[in-house]
Amino acid sequence: METALPIVWFLLIAVLWTGFFVLEGFDFGVGMLMPFLAKDDRERRVLLNTIGPVWDGNEVWLLTAGGATFAAFPEWYASLFSGLYLPLFLVLLALILRGVSFEYRHQRGEVSWKRGWDACIIGSAYVASLVFGVAFANFVRGLPIDATRTIHQTVGSFFGLFTPFALLGGITFVALFLTHGAAFVALKTSGELRDRARTIGSRTGIVTIVAMAALVVWMNLGFSGAARGVEGAAPALSLWPAALLAVLGTVVLWLMNTRGREGWAFIGGGVAVLALMVNVFAAMFPYAIPSTLDPANGLTVFQAASSPYTLTIMTIAACVMTPIVLAYQAWTYWVFRKRLSVKDIPADESVVAAIPGPVAG
Amino acid sequence: MDPVLLARWQFGITTVYHFLFVPLTISLSLLVAVMQTMHHRTGKESYRRLTDFFGKLFLINFAMGVVTGIVQEFQFGMNWSEYSRMVGDIFGAPLAFEALVAFFLESTFLGIWIFGRDRLPKGVHLASIWLAGIGTMLSALFILVANSFMQHPVGFTYNPTTGRAEMTDFLAVLTNPVALTTIAHTLTAAFMTGAAFILGVAGWHLLRIARANRAATITELSGDAADDAEGYSWATKFGAWVLIIAGALVAISGDVQGKVMTDVQPMKMAAAEAIWETETPASFSLFTIGTLDGSREVFSIKVPGVTSFLATGSFNGTVQGINPLREQYDAQYTQMIRERYGDEVANSMTYTPSVPVSYWSFRLMIGLGMLAIAVGIIALVLVRGGKLPPVRAGWFWTLMMVAAPLLPLIANSFGWIFTEMGRQPWIVFGLMPTAPAVSIGVPAVQVLITMIGFTLIYGVLAVIEVRLMLRAIRKGLAPVPSVQPAGAESDAPLSFAY
Repeated sequence: METALPIVWFLLIAVLWTGFFVLEGFDFGVGMLMPFLAKDDRERRVLLNTIGPVWDGNEVWLLTAGGATFAAFPEWYASLFSGLYLPLFLVLLALILRGVSFEYRHQRGEVSWKRGWDACIIGSAYVASLVFGVAFANFVRGLPIDATRTIHQTVGSFFGLFTPFALLGGITFVALFLTHGAAFVALKTSGELRDRARTIGSRTGIVTIVAMAALVVWMNLGFSGAARGVEGAAPALSLWPAALLAVLGTVVLWLMNTRGREGWAFIGGGVAVLALMVNVFAAMFPYAIPSTLDPANGLTVFQAASSPYTLTIMTIAACVMTPIVLAYQAWTYWVFRKRLSVKDIPADESVVAAIPGPVAG
Repeated sequence: MDPVLLARWQFGITTVYHFLFVPLTISLSLLVAVMQTMHHRTGKESYRRLTDFFGKLFLINFAMGVVTGIVQEFQFGMNWSEYSRMVGDIFGAPLAFEALVAFFLESTFLGIWIFGRDRLPKGVHLASIWLAGIGTMLSALFILVANSFMQHPVGFTYNPTTGRAEMTDFLAVLTNPVALTTIAHTLTAAFMTGAAFILGVAGWHLLRIARANRAATITELSGDAADDAEGYSWATKFGAWVLIIAGALVAISGDVQGKVMTDVQPMKMAAAEAIWETETPASFSLFTIGTLDGSREVFSIKVPGVTSFLATGSFNGTVQGINPLREQYDAQYTQMIRERYGDEVANSMTYTPSVPVSYWSFRLMIGLGMLAIAVGIIALVLVRGGKLPPVRAGWFWTLMMVAAPLLPLIANSFGWIFTEMGRQPWIVFGLMPTAPAVSIGVPAVQVLITMIGFTLIYGVLAVIEVRLMLRAIRKGLAPVPSVQPAGAESDAPLSFAY
């Protein structure tokens, strides 16, 4: 139990992050694609409505990942979130603006009003995706954690996060979410939007394949515990199949998207995200935070874990609640499974009609 | 710059701001669910219009509650990492439960409710708003369990090897007496806020209709005005009744909470009353001008025995004073603090919270809450028997309607300021002082940057939010829809919220 429960929870944290990126990844993608896909307000509304019923529930995966890390690995939570202080601040700002934008954009009809919120949705999707990518690359690479398990923040340490490897992580996340989002839009819409999404996806898909391949190879050769000869690290055998699957997932995503088989493309994207996260967490293991200062300072999963008592309670809760949550979230996707197009969007909005003077719909 | 002070200000700002939206979210989700249930049961169109109207206001508010809540979850790690290390084993669990049990339920079913009206059977659609509402209540429950641990830590042991507190009894954490009373007090206070909001909004429209039609009762109206007035009149009374009932429950639960607090945090009660030396019996000071260190009193109104009653349930009970408590805590805790947190923390430790802040926030909480109940009673009297608000005294009615939601809202804030400031200088009472709980790796300037960042964005969003609210309130109930043309099945628009 002493060693099994921390590993179980390390896996569960990985599952929660994976769930977040599989689901919210395409939400970010839809946001990032908005300027390229939608020509007018009605098309933008179609795009927003494809994720409308689900984005809020998807975001809870992040909150659960945060809460579960706090409960299962207090040391990890404490070191990581104080250590990545400014990047996390950027992500929080992006998520605040994005959430408010979804809800407030449609409250008024003026063009300038909608444009402003659109800019927030688009910008925050890029910022969040990029920062998450840079952050996860740094998680594998390691952070400057000292013997007191503290990451000291300086201005230099913030810019120090943007190493070439980390930037590659950022680019991979952005490209992957863009393409995953394109597949989702193609899956959820009909007509011109669907065609345009397919076209864009087939372009960004190639970038995604290349970036993903470069990232996983660099990660596994350069920074994984196995490559660095860390004792107790996940063996290379558990890294390379995940890496291969991640790349294959992006190939399926691109290929099926190009051929108009959006369902398969979307599954390919999901698999790519999943396999990438498996690779990331396996490469970190046994560390929750590898140290760039001195390998001995690295915070291992076992050092970071809560007491067996807490972990046991959490495990029971997770076993009971997770199937229920998955069931009703899956049901949501079933309820809103219908494709959308501009003809579904009511042309006149009561909001617009109520405002005197010239307005555009 | 002192990083502890900055981190505390940041926590104060983001938390008080977050809690401006939370009580409305909790109560409006369930009060709107009641309205929709009324429609479901009676089929009356006016209930559907009220559901839509207040549902829209609820959603404008909900968005802010959600996004400001994200910050709350992460700032323990960002600004209070030493605290997170110390109590994560216990404090993290309710937070994880909150996300797993409450947030998923709330956000998923709210999405279903917003978008699912035309796609789901009516009963399922109704169930979705109830489930979302239950999610918000569960969320409050878990976070208050976590907060109560900070006020009165139970169900744990300090492990000197790991240097942290570890959970030994989760049931004890869940059934912490402070948690049980705080949950009752906070939830009923939330219902006061939502009910007062409904009262204020609907009541304002009633006056508007009365003015426009120069009418004194609903029976004098006809057509749309009569329909609207009936809807608003129902909502006004509904809001007033819920406000009064919830207000009574707030008073009762607050009384119980006061006794639990006296029991486990006697210093907080002493600070709330600015009682420096132990008194038997202790009088309640309604208002005091003077120096709050007790050295000089210029003017004071005191009600004998009331504090004794609040604190102990007996008019002759003894209430411990700040000075003897301080000596007691010094003997009890200073050595432990010296060993675990070092001499610097131990030497700077003063066991008294800010007395002026405690004294005045406690009074403002109670006073504003009582005033809100009074508004509810007066409103109910004025609109009894189908009457409309008195047009001649319209200024008074308007004032009441504006004050209605603000009074409990501000009372809530003072309640939290009192609860949290009264806990000082402890972050977890008797276990960990606030000063060593702050993140050690984060320089003050970065805390300042994020504090300014959050404050600015919160400020801008507050202006936008209030303007959107006022705009939606002014628009009022949507007109009664004409009969939908039949026969457009596959091409019929789905429900679109965006």
